[in-house]
Amino acid sequence: MGKPVIATASLAGCFGCHMSLLDIDERILKLAEVVEFDKSPIDDIKTFTRPVDIGLIEGGCCNSENVEVLRAFRKHCKVLVSVGECAIMGGLPALRNSIPLKECLDEAYLNSPTADPEDRIIPNDEDLPIILDKVYPCHEVVPIDAFLPGCPPSADLIWEAVTALLEGRPLNLTYELIKFD
Amino acid sequence: MGRKITIEPVTRVEGHGKVTIRLDDAGKVTQSRFHIVEFRGFERFVQGRPYWEAPVLVQRLCGICPVSHHLAAAKAMDVIVGAGPGKLTATAEKMRRLMHYGQMLQSHALHFFHLASPDFLLGMDSDPALRNVIGLIALDKDLATRAVLLRKFGQEIIQATAGKKIHGTGAVPGGINKNLSPEERDRFLKGPEPLTIDRMIEWSAAAIALFRDYHAKNKDLVDGFAHFPSNHLSLVRKDGALDFYHGVLRAVDAEGRKVLNDVDYQDYIAHIGEETRSWSYMKFPYLRALGRADGWYRVGPLARLNTCDHIPSPLAQKEFEAYKAYTDGKPNNMSLHSHWARLIELLHSAEVIKELLLDKDLQGTKLVKSGRRVPEGVGLVEAPRGTLFHHYRVDENDQITMANLIVSTTHNNEPMNRAVNWVAMNVLSEKPEITEGMLNRVEVAIRAYDPCLSCATHALGVMPLEVTLEGPDGRVLQRKVR
Repeated sequence: MGKPVIATASLAGCFGCHMSLLDIDERILKLAEVVEFDKSPIDDIKTFTRPVDIGLIEGGCCNSENVEVLRAFRKHCKVLVSVGECAIMGGLPALRNSIPLKECLDEAYLNSPTADPEDRIIPNDEDLPIILDKVYPCHEVVPIDAFLPGCPPSADLIWEAVTALLEGRPLNLTYELIKFD
Repeated sequence: MGRKITIEPVTRVEGHGKVTIRLDDAGKVTQSRFHIVEFRGFERFVQGRPYWEAPVLVQRLCGICPVSHHLAAAKAMDVIVGAGPGKLTATAEKMRRLMHYGQMLQSHALHFFHLASPDFLLGMDSDPALRNVIGLIALDKDLATRAVLLRKFGQEIIQATAGKKIHGTGAVPGGINKNLSPEERDRFLKGPEPLTIDRMIEWSAAAIALFRDYHAKNKDLVDGFAHFPSNHLSLVRKDGALDFYHGVLRAVDAEGRKVLNDVDYQDYIAHIGEETRSWSYMKFPYLRALGRADGWYRVGPLARLNTCDHIPSPLAQKEFEAYKAYTDGKPNNMSLHSHWARLIELLHSAEVIKELLLDKDLQGTKLVKSGRRVPEGVGLVEAPRGTLFHHYRVDENDQITMANLIVSTTHNNEPMNRAVNWVAMNVLSEKPEITEGMLNRVEVAIRAYDPCLSCATHALGVMPLEVTLEGPDGRVLQRKVR
């Protein structure tokens, strides 16, 4: 039997959860011995190459591309984990959910004090994905198996969750691991 | 009919981007674009929030360099509470500097070792399944361990100054919320080994030696790859020294002539404009003095070592002299030299951290100041990736009414597009077969600028209500309206 396979994605997040994953520090050397990585922004595997045991998702869904990536993860991953506040409930980007999009649009490209006065335009191109009306948490798009809270979840929490999943044992979530800020 | 190559997602960079390259029937490149495909909407949704929330809210733009946004927002709010530049207590300013240089250390180490070095140490054409940090561990476990610990040391400095490694709370309008205890200080100075500042200085110097060795063996590649002239912009200390936390704006052209000098950044709007193009959510900034066509510039390590006159720490200054001598003192316009410049900054950051750790002001107890409240403030820092601008207006109810953010990666939008185009023209155009290694070179060009695409997606911008699909002749093939 081969080593367990892990894949990761950052959707509408800030990459902080991926940084927290790297904050496991020296333990990454150990992880490299016991697992293999498939599709992830920290490597150059851009499409799934095999079935994946654990999928870690950072960020919610703010555009059509996020939804496609999340669905592909659900299809290929046995266990899918929402990592951090944005994946779990939209997080800070979801602050836009109560604001009409027209206002956001105008503020970013038309009202900015440094915007070019000559021709102020709003980007619109076939190569840009379609923005969703709201930022959606991952479990509203596909079924999610586990949730790790925090902004970001601490490296120790991510480590505990990943090792528990690899060893097939229940999570030991102490107060220290799940409190944040 | 021609064809289109899409690289999506661009990997081993922070955040979400893609590249499209269009070729004609003969395989000749007709267009290349680096797109930022996502957006958030910070400028609008921070409106109405109380101003003291800004430093903790806006850092959620970016989990790699949250400290930059945390500090730029705090510096803008310092101005608003009447405690702008020069008015903070020594303890507050030095704690913030320690936090910031700790971030420089972790971010530069992360970028070079974890993200970029596989292209050099494993090779641009090596197996993409192994061309990553895990492959680096397999190749050289000692080097990978040092890389991990360098980043860890920087993250622990951030934790000691901001309370948390990612998205901390240390800086507040007018100051800081903690000092550095003697126990925390001694841990960084004395260890346990190998996590001491002296070891970090040693490893940073070794990283420069590693790059210079690679350079010596691959001169044509490192010097020639995506080499093109540009202007360069950064903050410099009033006396022209390299400074990441505070200074005045300076811009030089490709020959080293000063385009901007000694500019107070509160007046940035008079000097910087931004153009929007239809195919990217990231804007294209330019120096107003030179206009839209010629005013684009680079920021970040390459630019900073072109604008500053010297580096105020001895070991990094010595490396800087060798670096400057390589271009006869002229600005360096070679994209891959960004890595060399970044590693010199890594060493400088480690030296500054040591200097700060030895400073008794860090144990001071005067943490916060305030003065006459004003309605508007601008805060700038040199983030790891370049100059970061935060500008806010606040009303009499203490609510934010306007936010304008220009992040480091946005300034490098045009340079990154030029670098992508250089690879498209010189590596991909009119080739019988396009290999994975060739496409990786497109990403190597982007990675040299260490883009933070999460930062660059702060503008929520639009929900396109209309999507059109055009053929190569510009004819509309499909249009979707919703």
